[in-house]
Amino acid sequence: MTECNHMKVSFDAKSANESLARMLVAAFMTEMNPTLEQMDDVKTAVSEAVTNAIIHGYEDETKQVELCCDRQEGQLVITVEDHGVGIPNLEEAMQPFYTSKPQMERSGMGFSFMEAFMDKIEVLSHTGKGTKVVMWKYIERENDR
Amino acid sequence: MELQYQIYGNCMVVPMPVEVDHHIAKTISREIDFLIDSRNIRSLVFDFKKTDFMDSSGIGVIIGRKKTMDLYSGQIKAINLRERAKKIFLKSGLNKIIEVEMEEEGMKHDRM
Repeated sequence: MTECNHMKVSFDAKSANESLARMLVAAFMTEMNPTLEQMDDVKTAVSEAVTNAIIHGYEDETKQVELCCDRQEGQLVITVEDHGVGIPNLEEAMQPFYTSKPQMERSGMGFSFMEAFMDKIEVLSHTGKGTKVVMWKYIERENDR
Repeated sequence: MELQYQIYGNCMVVPMPVEVDHHIAKTISREIDFLIDSRNIRSLVFDFKKTDFMDSSGIGVIIGRKKTMDLYSGQIKAINLRERAKKIFLKSGLNKIIEVEMEEEGMKHDRM
């Protein structure tokens, strides 16, 4: 039998919800029996994606960020979506150290970290419509094989 | 959240929180900047002994303060890095920009 699970959550675009998003994802993936390092890697990537949605997606804290988690066997797919301003130049935005808000002391490492800590990421963005980040992580334990 | 900043002369030790993310980073940066100015701080030590989560927002805090310290010809250092903070430092190359001391073996045993 295939082990499947799905979760969809929507929360206000407030920075206090960054830790909420990390906790939700960590709880969701616990059942997949990940290593502590895999779990921390995913938490970091989620934190980056959600922070981006909150800082860059909206100016308004009452707007919503959507977080989805999908599990199919050892594959975890996480989607973070906002319906905010979108990213005009995606290629530029994904460059390491690039930040559109240098005054906010952002390191510009967000997308680099998502790429480094997940197995695959995809970013879809439309100016004025929003941004969707999809991230894959394969959780396979030695003892499962 | 209340951080207990320790000030010795013009040196300040910043006890970094358990989770360093964008939410907490805004507060820490503001508080540190205020103390650097008001207490004439020229040596800044970030103590990561309690930190078990950090994302790129933490890098922003440190690089921002490094710029300030450079301006005053001051010093900056990160100490007691545990696994997670260490990985973030190494991946971002922050360990090449500022002085870093990893967690001491003795401290690991203390926690067990």
